[in-house]
Amino acid sequence: MTTYILRRLLYAIPVLIGASFLVFISIRWVPGDPAVAIAGETATPELIAQIRQDMGLNEPLLVQYGIYLRRMFQGDMGNSVRSRLPVTDEIALRLPRTLQLASMSLLVAAAIGIPIGVLSATRANTWIDGGSMIFALLGVSMPIFWLGLMLIVLFAVTLPRWLGLNEPILPPTGTGTWKHMVLPTIALAANSMAIQARMTRACMLEVLRADYIRTARSKGLVERTVIYSHALRNALVPIVTIVGLQFGTLLGGAVLTETVFAWPGIGRLLIDAISFRDYPVIQGTVLVITLGFVLVNLLVDVLYAYLDPRIHYS
Amino acid sequence: MAELANDSASRPNSGVKITLRRLFRSPGAVLGLIIVSLFLFISAAASYIAPHDYDLANFAMARRPPGAEHWFGNDEIGRDIFSRLLHGARLSLNVGLISVGIGLTVGTPLGLISGYFGGIIDMLIMRLIDIMLAFPSILLAILMVAIFGPSLQNAMIAIGIVSIPVYARLVRSSTLSVKEDLFVEASRGMGANHFRILLWHILPNTLAPIVVQSTLQIAAAIQASAALGFLGLGAPPDVPEWGNMLQKGRTYMISAPHIVVFPGLATLFVVLGFNLLGDGLRDALDPRLSR
Repeated sequence: MTTYILRRLLYAIPVLIGASFLVFISIRWVPGDPAVAIAGETATPELIAQIRQDMGLNEPLLVQYGIYLRRMFQGDMGNSVRSRLPVTDEIALRLPRTLQLASMSLLVAAAIGIPIGVLSATRANTWIDGGSMIFALLGVSMPIFWLGLMLIVLFAVTLPRWLGLNEPILPPTGTGTWKHMVLPTIALAANSMAIQARMTRACMLEVLRADYIRTARSKGLVERTVIYSHALRNALVPIVTIVGLQFGTLLGGAVLTETVFAWPGIGRLLIDAISFRDYPVIQGTVLVITLGFVLVNLLVDVLYAYLDPRIHYS
Repeated sequence: MAELANDSASRPNSGVKITLRRLFRSPGAVLGLIIVSLFLFISAAASYIAPHDYDLANFAMARRPPGAEHWFGNDEIGRDIFSRLLHGARLSLNVGLISVGIGLTVGTPLGLISGYFGGIIDMLIMRLIDIMLAFPSILLAILMVAIFGPSLQNAMIAIGIVSIPVYARLVRSSTLSVKEDLFVEASRGMGANHFRILLWHILPNTLAPIVVQSTLQIAAAIQASAALGFLGLGAPPDVPEWGNMLQKGRTYMISAPHIVVFPGLATLFVVLGFNLLGDGLRDALDPRLSR
């Protein structure tokens, strides 16, 4: 087990190096001088010269990458072109907001998606199953940013108008109270909830066909015990994995949701940075989100090995 | 011998028949097929069936709600939303096909080579794929478009590149299971070279999962392209791409919600259609996975 975890950790290192290299090299693909791209179009020649010096732009590419990595480990991602603040500070300010939104969405998605999947599997081929799966397929096919827009129209315009209210039922943008969380959470969770419902159903159906379920039933156990104590407990291992992997996807999806709801997270920081061609911020945010994605996936893999006693990784 | 030849010649045909029969038995798959066919028809015939000029602005009609003349209403500068949606279908189809084409043509050979030769080649290709998979896919697409500049063409390429790992992994796993089969060994024994074995014996046996994946991938590509358009990273502002229409209409969604309702619904239905068809195809091609 320890060997497996160690090996899995070691295995993540080349992936991280590769991903960071891709982010590092991306700025060199911007047409024109990377120093100008990083300093901004309005920068003084002195600043551009300074950046050339800092980045070692006259050195071979690998040396430049070395400099980039060293600065990264020191927490130095350069300064934002727009605000002139260190990119690390900009990200540190917004990352908690994104994590808050993503974790909340993950909780909501699991709390609704898993029971729907279980219900669907235990009532396979009934109208409950059919209805839930249509609902889930709609959730998978729904563009999440559009769902966000529709939620805003519904809760800030249509419903208040019907109810004769002068203010939105739920605030469509901004942060502050728990009410601000509701709409972004639903929008971000919808996709993930649908995926979890579909996966849970598939895992449960697989387990329900197993011999030990037939044994449990023939022993005369009540159906509820069979489903919750025997089937669900065994199906939970792959389900937990899928739930975990969803967290990484939610970090990516946050880019869209945060744009719709003006949520001050790292995704919105990225989109704003793109419109201002603020390359240091683009690089920094992409790297941080990717790092989070890789680490979460790593954690899920380890958790999987830990949860499933049948798997012996040597 | 003649019988054998006859048998092997009739087999693929009957396989297709069985698959089609299973496909038509599933209501979801049939619905998917209807939506996809309608979408293909609209994409082909948009110029003939659109009731109005999709690009004609009429400020007197700006943000008018749906009515008898303009079924889905008018957009922020008075253009007919219905006609724009019909023309946008063609763009979405292009995005779906081109990006899936890129993913297929690069990912499939990578998967074949990786699975067939194994060893160091496999390791190198798979590590490369792992690095691409280290990024949430929408993020990688956003990064590429941010670097190369926003345009519909770059969006298609980015979405295509992002789908390469999906194909490479899928084809690799099919290759791994097929390459040990007796018919591959027989062909090798008869002196066939690697290229011939890969192209004539292994590739055809990986086609079923590729077809399923491509159908689902078109759905994902249309969704991703709408997302990039919505973020302002896709087509130029005037082009009737669905994501674009959502981005432009967003400013007016409180006073004229219809501007954002219809492009989103169109995206939802087309994506749903391809997903239904993909799910149906998977069940039809691999009955073990079906209910």
